[in-house]
Amino acid sequence: MKIRIKSDIALSKTGFVFNPQTGESFSLNPMGSEIFCLLRDGFSTEEVVKIITDRFDVSAHSFSTDLDDFVAMLRRYELTDEA
Amino acid sequence: MKRKKITVAVTGLNAIDNPGSGVSVIRSLRESELFECRIVGLAYELLEPGIYMKEIVDCAYQVPYPSAGTEALFQRIEQICEEEKLDVIIPNFDAELYSYIKLERRLDNLGVKVVLPTVQQFEERHKYNLSDFGKRSGILVPESVVCNSIGDFKDCPADKPIVVKGKFYDAFVVTGREQFEYHFSKIATKWGVPVIVQQFVDGAEFNVAGLGDGNGNLLAAVPMSKRFITDKGKAWAGVTVGDRRLVELAELFVKQTNWRGAFELELIKSKDGRFFLIEVNPRIPAWIYLTTAAGQNIPEAVVRMALGENPCAFESYEVGKMFVRYSWDMIVEQDEFAKFSMEGRT
Repeated sequence: MKIRIKSDIALSKTGFVFNPQTGESFSLNPMGSEIFCLLRDGFSTEEVVKIITDRFDVSAHSFSTDLDDFVAMLRRYELTDEA
Repeated sequence: MKRKKITVAVTGLNAIDNPGSGVSVIRSLRESELFECRIVGLAYELLEPGIYMKEIVDCAYQVPYPSAGTEALFQRIEQICEEEKLDVIIPNFDAELYSYIKLERRLDNLGVKVVLPTVQQFEERHKYNLSDFGKRSGILVPESVVCNSIGDFKDCPADKPIVVKGKFYDAFVVTGREQFEYHFSKIATKWGVPVIVQQFVDGAEFNVAGLGDGNGNLLAAVPMSKRFITDKGKAWAGVTVGDRRLVELAELFVKQTNWRGAFELELIKSKDGRFFLIEVNPRIPAWIYLTTAAGQNIPEAVVRMALGENPCAFESYEVGKMFVRYSWDMIVEQDEFAKFSMEGRT
């Protein structure tokens, strides 16, 4: 599944996320930042699962659950283009 | 570039938890590249901090409260004009604006300019007329009831919050008849009637500071998201945002009203993403220095309009610029306070 991160969302090198439409800001840890960048670069959630589980000692099932939570949070905070 | 020397009088020098706009207006004027301003502070209370801020105010005078009437205010300004060659006055309190609007022509005869809305514009945007204004203009406004007595609002919901507002200041979110009656009485005692009862819209708070040219054109607009809100509902921190809909609302407001001068729109973004206009303030807001920092020096543009210039509309502002307000304990010498107390001027 493709997750469209809003194009104007800013992410700093330190993981600081700023939504210029609402003024809200958030902090991401290094893993969150990496996933955010992958999604923003157009990778699907399935591809993100593959990339991360190839690099880290984590099962696809476990990571997928965490990724679903992460994506739900991105939607809740209006950081994606989906309704 | 050589800056033009002018003298600007500014009110709203209080800096309490619901601060006046004066100090922010002056900071903006101090940064003007067009004007070198001598700043004359006009204060009601002896302890308005701006009076004693020497880097902000060059000289301060006490003026009579709005309740003393327009004639008393005019006479005091005439006295001040014998000592200061005032070019422009920027009034910053809701409660005093009506007097300044009424005095505009007489002030002009003294050589003092103001940039203010007309009486009609001023009345139309009143909290108690806002609901009708919303219907006419196509701007979403929460439903409201104008109450001259407690009995005017009979159907107070027991379990849903409502907002009780004073005609000039103060707003409380209340639930149930008992809370409503308590806050109604409190507001009516302080600000008089009518008291406005408004539908509560749950959501994030946004403000837009803007400037209209009086011919339906928007000259400036900077939207801000409140990031830290005091118990009085005032922004103690905020950040400029890029939601184009907020600027479009300001455009619509100015087009519908032909608003002349500065204004502030207070809006709530509901959970479903719609913006509700909850208030229009007919003056420069206290956070105006943020607009200057973001690239739109609205106080400077007000002065340009006052002096008969036609400033071009600002085209952009910096998104993501923040302000964080702070309080500061100044040390004031007793003789400074004594002089202002006894002579009504610094």
